[in-house]
Amino acid sequence: MDLVKIFIKSAFVDNMIFAFFFGMCSYLAVSKTVKTAVGLGMAVIFVLVVTIPLNWLIENFVLQEGALSWVDGSENGEGFSGLDLSYLSFIMFIAVIASIVQLVEMIVEKFSPALYGALGIFLPLIAVNCAILGGALFMQEKQFPNIAGATVYGLGSGVGWFMAVVLIAAIRERIRYAKIPGPLRGVGMAFLITGLMGLAFLGFMGFEI
Amino acid sequence: MSETAELSVEKSKLKKEREPLFSKKNKKLITDPLDENNPVTIQVLGICSALAVTVQMKAAVVMSISVLFVLILANVSVSLIRNLIPNRIRIIVQLVVVASLVIIVDQVLKAYMYDVSKELSVFVGLIITNCIIMGRLEAFALGNKAWPSALDAIGNSIGYGMVLVIVSFFKELFGSGKLFGFEIFGNAVEKTGLYGLGYMDNGLMLLPPSSLILVAIYIWVQKVRNPSLIETH
Repeated sequence: MDLVKIFIKSAFVDNMIFAFFFGMCSYLAVSKTVKTAVGLGMAVIFVLVVTIPLNWLIENFVLQEGALSWVDGSENGEGFSGLDLSYLSFIMFIAVIASIVQLVEMIVEKFSPALYGALGIFLPLIAVNCAILGGALFMQEKQFPNIAGATVYGLGSGVGWFMAVVLIAAIRERIRYAKIPGPLRGVGMAFLITGLMGLAFLGFMGFEI
Repeated sequence: MSETAELSVEKSKLKKEREPLFSKKNKKLITDPLDENNPVTIQVLGICSALAVTVQMKAAVVMSISVLFVLILANVSVSLIRNLIPNRIRIIVQLVVVASLVIIVDQVLKAYMYDVSKELSVFVGLIITNCIIMGRLEAFALGNKAWPSALDAIGNSIGYGMVLVIVSFFKELFGSGKLFGFEIFGNAVEKTGLYGLGYMDNGLMLLPPSSLILVAIYIWVQKVRNPSLIETH
């Protein structure tokens, strides 16, 4: 039940695009056609589901205060358990993300050429997508008690991002031949539409299950 | 980092014989990103933070200064080592440079401006993946010498900060009637000033979607003033 709650909350209430603007750069760049939007959206879901649990492990077994106590079995701030490495979290998270993205790219290329054809060109882009690092940092802030919660959080955020990018791509395809005032054409209109969609998503605010 | 800064000064001195420090081309590197090549509204980079930290002017100013610091040092250091980086792993090298700089910024903010750092929350960390930084490193620092890279960094981060400050000005003024925390329209609770005449704050201005709409209006005004920027399709 808790997992369902986490999923709905991360996909709709705390939608990455509409509530926090994570990954807006690639969101605006790939939303010209639905096909590319689906490709990048899938890649984001995929990478989030892989990296968030990994970063959860790193956070809980390496970075947090006292998290290293398993190394020498010490307790109460003696030996390794006294270390607090949380200031290293940015560099650890980004290193995990960058290497996992590279690894995933190689594995997918080797074992599933069809999937690689669909996601291939988008995977390198993802390493620098703020949605991935943002997801990891929010995971750190939310302090999930177990790895299942973190994984579902990753899945939910990814699905929320996917939904947002596919929706705006559909709208942008639809209005391509509409008469838009010159200065608003392109980026300006994409911003306005996202703003209006964000207003609609505000309806989920305070949504309790 | 002082070493790299000194190096860049030395390099620029060497260059002086051929090209003055602030030649026309170099001046353009600073002025271009302010208007016709603005990183936020024209290059469409760094939107996430530009939209998310604009509820208060104070946070917006701190964020712009952090980006200025990170972008200048990252641009200069990547430009200095650009010939040593193997092409295949350049993204990871850049990420490591940027991440170390961001850790410095984060620790300084936590030590001296704790309330602002709490409000910026994850967005300080997200400077790492701020597309302005990666975009400028990829597009400029990898192919240019240190001095032009520094100028490019200054221009772009000021262009970015300008949008942040303008958007947060409207959001804070109309959303909560304050600027930098000072009450401009009087006190809303005690009904003094404008509030005594029945004026009310626009709560919508404090919500995330209003920054998208404000940036859209900014783009609109900018392109009306300069029609050459209008997209054709």
